[in-house]
Amino acid sequence: MEVPVTMRAAQHDHSHQTVPSDLTLRVKALESLLVEKGLVDPAALDALIDTYEHKIGPRNGARVVARAWVDPAYKERLLTDATAAIGELGYTGGQGEHMIVVANEPSIHNLVVCTLCSCYPWPVLGLPPVWYKSAPYRSRAVIDPRGVLREFGLELPQDVEICVWDSTSEVRYLVLPERPAGSDKLSEEELAALVTRDAMVGVAKVKLQRPGADR
Amino acid sequence: MNGVHDMGGMHGMGPIQYESNEPVFPEAWEARVFALYRAMRAWPKWTGDASRHAVELIPAPEYLSMSYYEQRLHALIELMVESGLVTRAEAESGKAVPDSPKATPALIASAVPAMVAKGKPASREVLVAARFTVGQRVRARNLHPAGHTRLPRYARGKLGTIHRDHGIHVFPDTNAHSLGEKPQHLYSVRFAARELWGEQSSERDAVYIDMWDDYLEYA
Repeated sequence: MEVPVTMRAAQHDHSHQTVPSDLTLRVKALESLLVEKGLVDPAALDALIDTYEHKIGPRNGARVVARAWVDPAYKERLLTDATAAIGELGYTGGQGEHMIVVANEPSIHNLVVCTLCSCYPWPVLGLPPVWYKSAPYRSRAVIDPRGVLREFGLELPQDVEICVWDSTSEVRYLVLPERPAGSDKLSEEELAALVTRDAMVGVAKVKLQRPGADR
Repeated sequence: MNGVHDMGGMHGMGPIQYESNEPVFPEAWEARVFALYRAMRAWPKWTGDASRHAVELIPAPEYLSMSYYEQRLHALIELMVESGLVTRAEAESGKAVPDSPKATPALIASAVPAMVAKGKPASREVLVAARFTVGQRVRARNLHPAGHTRLPRYARGKLGTIHRDHGIHVFPDTNAHSLGEKPQHLYSVRFAARELWGEQSSERDAVYIDMWDDYLEYA
């Protein structure tokens, strides 16, 4: 790749940046039409937005991962019936009705994608980031996972098996990352703080030092 | 349909644009589109499969130039017009035609938490025999339906192995077109990367794709 991803990280050149005012007006007009016709309640829209902005996000998945790291019985339940095990922590519902958790091991690395649209496990990770929904990731994750991981700064040895999970059905996938070496003394809560969204999609590993906010 | 949305394995889409600390909704209008899209599903006039298909029907050049929420906005309008909830003129003007009936009851805020927590399972408690068993070799059928399908082009005709039986799920190819749920077994099928992409791939790597009985044939 011509520019390492970390150097491009600050750029903000999505197509929506070029046409915001027109879309703002169109969406406003549509919402007022639907309110006028009694089809939507603006308070329900606010509640939906608040739910996915503040209540449901990758911190949920991080708690699932940390629990699996400290509790072998929970890990076993998670790998046999992920929907129920995740439900034990209170995370259920839309886009997480049928969960599968796939565990990374020293010789196996899992990567999740949806090549056909943007399916993503909302109850544990929240709504997907722009890159996950974008054509570059969706098109190449299946044909060149090693190249894609390299763009995320993750170089995997040739003897590691990469398993790519293409989310073509209503089944949603969550990666259980490897617990980082040297984390033995950390509490469950401290471990959860290390777990990133990217590690649970499979484009990163969990490190002892957390790189920042919601990566 | 063999649309541009079915992009697994394509080249030329550019580098991945990673953004650190990306907000959940970079623009306020995107949050409104997300919420409208969810709230309108509650009626319920269309299935999740139908709304995916509405996105797929966006002409390819526009699909590629639109952001995710622009695509959903476009699809939502098409779904509402098709199902008769709004007219094309209303969607374009933003004004209801005079004396149009007022729909009721819309999704209310107090019902949102339960709706979010419950979801809409795609599994069905019906008895349908499984055509395949775990460990069996299978071939993905070489199908090219003009309508909705979740059988990606890159896997068609390829040999794989049944990895897991997910149980009985609604079949999107019929469900998207109001042709019934046609519940059937859904499997996770393992395809060796070399079967899909040839010698350039690592001999260890694999792609796992969820596939319904109707997508598979005996190998």
